[in-house]
Amino acid sequence: MKKKTFSLDTKIVSSILVSISRFLTGIRARQKALLPENAQCIYYANHSSHLDGLVIWSCLTQQARSTIHPVAAADYWNKTKIRRYIANRVFKAVLIQRKRNSEPSELEIDNNTEIKSNIDPLVLMQEVLDKGESLIIFPEGTRGDGENIQDFKSGLWHLSRKNPNALLVPVYLENLNRVLPKGSRLVVPIICTATFAEPIPAVGETEDKAEFLLRAKEALEVMHNEIAR
Amino acid sequence: MKLLDNQIFLIFAGLFIFLIIASVIGGVLLMVKGNTSVISNLNARIKAWWVMCIISAVAISVGAIGSVVLFACMSFLALRELVTLTPTHRGDHETLFWCFFVILPIQYILVGIQWYGLLAIFIPVFAFLFIPTRMALSGDTRHFLERMAKIQWSVMVAIYCVSYAPALLMLPIPNFTQNINLLLFLMIVVQVSDVLQYTFGKLFGKHSIVPKLSPNKTVEGFFGGIISASLIGALMWWATPFAPWEAFLIALAINLAGFAGGLCMSAVKRDTGVKDFGAMIEGHGGMMDRLDSLSFAAPIFFHIIRYFYV
Repeated sequence: MKKKTFSLDTKIVSSILVSISRFLTGIRARQKALLPENAQCIYYANHSSHLDGLVIWSCLTQQARSTIHPVAAADYWNKTKIRRYIANRVFKAVLIQRKRNSEPSELEIDNNTEIKSNIDPLVLMQEVLDKGESLIIFPEGTRGDGENIQDFKSGLWHLSRKNPNALLVPVYLENLNRVLPKGSRLVVPIICTATFAEPIPAVGETEDKAEFLLRAKEALEVMHNEIAR
Repeated sequence: MKLLDNQIFLIFAGLFIFLIIASVIGGVLLMVKGNTSVISNLNARIKAWWVMCIISAVAISVGAIGSVVLFACMSFLALRELVTLTPTHRGDHETLFWCFFVILPIQYILVGIQWYGLLAIFIPVFAFLFIPTRMALSGDTRHFLERMAKIQWSVMVAIYCVSYAPALLMLPIPNFTQNINLLLFLMIVVQVSDVLQYTFGKLFGKHSIVPKLSPNKTVEGFFGGIISASLIGALMWWATPFAPWEAFLIALAINLAGFAGGLCMSAVKRDTGVKDFGAMIEGHGGMMDRLDSLSFAAPIFFHIIRYFYV
């Protein structure tokens, strides 16, 4: 909560990014339940484009933005100077290394990143939560095709177990796969909606991992089916 | 072309007086009848009309380029709404990018540089042959014909038809230089006709024209709205190159085309199961909800003038 020293450059860049994302996605936020003010939240959303984090971020108030950290892939966001600047300074993102079975990316040759990449992503996310700040995560891990929600990775379960007081807020993003689908670099302006649902209960005492992850996923699927009708 | 001359001043003064009267009536209704949903919708609409009139006045005071840019933005927003409603596939993605960022700007640049020969055929010939080609190149053949038709219809209505409105500024009419008046004539007649059809329908409407499609479009609203809006068009003859009876007939043609536009766009909404195209203009729905009549009326109006007066 102390990090409110917003510098001018990040303020300007952030408002430019918000305007761009509003122009391109005409983003409409729908809130199904009011969240308590200053509550620590773990927003989790379905993932279908690189703009997902930005869109959720644009829906939040400026005050909320200062204490929220999207979790993003280091290999994408560390690639160029501009991306690194946006990720670190504007979004204050938590950059994590995705486990890759294929050949190592160029980045892992870089010494700095290598050290970071060895750290368990959960440790990095926990650091943020320990400070009382909030996270945006995409538990599917990779971008889907927008048709179906993929099975969740276990990160959400670990985080919820360690931080039972953090509110788990499901966010369903609609149409973003049409704005910037996987495999395309072209952005098409289509109106998107972000639906913020009621927080789901944290992991129960006797609940096992698979049950919890299924329950969390179903909270998104309900909204997915409502919209698809 | 001297822009802020007497005639434009008079037209806008008339509009704003009309809006002030509407706002007063809206306020009185609110006090007398309380805040019912119909009245709050009415007041939201009146408020949005203020904003739309002020934006138009600012754009016109900038000059011809202001009108072209304003309509280009409206086309963009309308196309965005239409494409959002249409369930497009992954294979349409690149084609859609072309529609938004290449075809739309080119069409409005042609309007801006007043190249009539190309602007009239650019979309019906070149864009309509290019769109299916680009879609075929994507290799996705599922529902090819339907997907192509949906994108072409969206481009036709949201870009091509709407661009005819600022294109009015280029028509060389002998002994007439105030082409901006034609644009105002079109917009005022079309929008007044919408408002009056709605009002007559609400007050006297009993018999729906197409009950399955839109119960709000009634025979009473149709005749009352269209005849009175055409009379208002006739009353504006002094700002146009038309004689009063000509102004009446042209306004009538605009109104009939506008009615057809409203009907077709209602059918699109009915088909896709939505009430409005969007939610950007409070009380009115989206941009396309406001442009539905104009998009059909603008090309008809343009070609009537071009045939009979140029």
